[in-house]
Amino acid sequence: MRYSGLRVITEGLFGNRGWTPAWREPSPKAEYDVVIIGGGGHGLSTAYYLAKNHGITNVAVLEKGYLGGGNVGRNTTIVRANYFLPGNSEFYSHSLKLWEGLEAELNYNVMHSQRGLINLFHSDGQRDAFVRRGNAMINQGDDAILLDREGVREHLPYLDFGNTRFPIYGGLLHPRGGSARHDAVAWGYARGADRRGVDLIQNCEVTGIDIENGVVKGVQTTRGAIRAKKVGIVVAGRSSQVAAMAGMRLPIESHILQAFVTEGLKPVINHVVSFGMGHFYISQSDKGGLVFGGDLDFYASYAARGNLPMVEHVMEAGMTLMPMIGRAKVLRSWGGIMDMTPDGSPIIDKTHVEGLFIDCGWNYGGFKAVPASGWCMAHLMATGEPHEVARKFRLDRFATGHLLDEEGTGSQHNLH
Amino acid sequence: MRLTCPLCGERDRREFYYYGAEDYLRRPAEGAPLAEWDNYLHLRDNPAGVTKDLWYHEAGCAQWLVVTRNTVTHEISGVELVAERKA
Ligand SMILES: Cc1cc2nc3c(=O)[nH]c(=O)nc-3n(C[C@H](O)[C@H](O)[C@H](O)COP(=O)(O)OP(=O)(O)OC[C@H]3O[C@@H](n4cnc5c(N)ncnc54)[C@H](O)[C@@H]3O)c2cc1C
Ligand SMILES: [Zn+2]
Repeated sequence: MRYSGLRVITEGLFGNRGWTPAWREPSPKAEYDVVIIGGGGHGLSTAYYLAKNHGITNVAVLEKGYLGGGNVGRNTTIVRANYFLPGNSEFYSHSLKLWEGLEAELNYNVMHSQRGLINLFHSDGQRDAFVRRGNAMINQGDDAILLDREGVREHLPYLDFGNTRFPIYGGLLHPRGGSARHDAVAWGYARGADRRGVDLIQNCEVTGIDIENGVVKGVQTTRGAIRAKKVGIVVAGRSSQVAAMAGMRLPIESHILQAFVTEGLKPVINHVVSFGMGHFYISQSDKGGLVFGGDLDFYASYAARGNLPMVEHVMEAGMTLMPMIGRAKVLRSWGGIMDMTPDGSPIIDKTHVEGLFIDCGWNYGGFKAVPASGWCMAHLMATGEPHEVARKFRLDRFATGHLLDEEGTGSQHNLH
Repeated sequence: MRLTCPLCGERDRREFYYYGAEDYLRRPAEGAPLAEWDNYLHLRDNPAGVTKDLWYHEAGCAQWLVVTRNTVTHEISGVELVAERKA
């Protein structure tokens, strides 16, 4: 069924009886050309582009819970292309371009809103770093505008400009940055993949990977064995466990990242804003809730809930930057499991097993990467060659010393 | 979460700095093959369950600790001094 404005009106007139399910609920077949493990944003977009770009439709996505129940449905939805290093820069630029056409592509309203992202800076040194980053963005063909203090005031009059401890020197505005509706992105890709013949299989946990003589043969699941010519591991925070089924030890440590949302308010914050002196960033959802977050809880964890010190830190940082939010009531907080790599950059690569591929290490920046990651993973799985914009996301770059340490914080998993 | 430092007793998590898995204690010898350095610096078991990791009692006795911890429940089952372990 094609979605359109006219359809919404007609269905409204006739009691909304004509809507059909957005995807089928198939039982797993005995064999597929490609099995994707993980029905998050990256797994679903990989399946979609395998079908769309490469005509490979005998594909199953195996999800242990429900589609979109992982990080893709529990993140703060910032979409941006403000990376610096060659390798990252072209990849996120490609992703942002895909975002810009995503609604038409998927015939699904993902509520992508390019409301502008402003990263604030609070010292001369930080300004220099942002000037450099802004130039890198412009060189990549994306947009960046350096705002001085008065320029920031025009956009964000509600900040505490009188703060003498963390004075606001200015900000880097990325006008094409913004946010999107996370569930809709998962659902849109799921529906698109299903319509092209991909089987989306929920409540199906992969418990083993079958390998014979160094070649992948299929997977063991809670719904039986499934044979496959190619298998992709796309399980974000659970990457270490699933890769271990193929005898791999990954350069990943899983950490918790929390986020918070307040009661719905009238429009008050029009941009995505990040504080340069504490771990805090914020935007307002279309429903009106202020959505904000900070940094990792900092120690390895698989508990999908956070610890209190980071809650306190985030609230303090928010109050320091924009005291007006002190009156808003926080409704919910939650945590997601992040697959942190030692350089903060992702992996899209083959493995030592023939036919087995891996897409992981998205840290806390994997939502904006959903379109390009699926695009590049599908390219790799279909052609056996890395896609041009993802060629540096190699699994062996740690061993060979070709790290992509965007923030320059060193080989420690929780520092990125 | 609270950690019981063998020297200082039970303290708030905020007094401690988390470094990473105890793999950091197994530093390869000088001139060791690159694969060993990769193992030491980057590769991790990263278990969902019991793990051992390194914490530094920054706001206390300034000792490095090996903490045995469950990464799913946050239950702490042991804290030892790195200094005593090596001895
Ligand atoms: C609080 C928070 C805020 C964030 N904010 C942002 C942001 O503002 N911008 C941004 O770009 N990124 C952000 N991220 C990061 C982003 O959400 C993730 O990097 C991204 O969603 C991970 O990829 P995914 O969508 O494929 O993961 P997931 O949705 O987690 O998908 C992985 C799936 O694999 C399934 N799975 C695991 N093991 C198995 C198995 N054995 N068998 C079958 N299935 C399995 C899981 O159930 C899960 O559904 C944030 C994350 C969090 C937690
Ligand atoms: Zn102590």
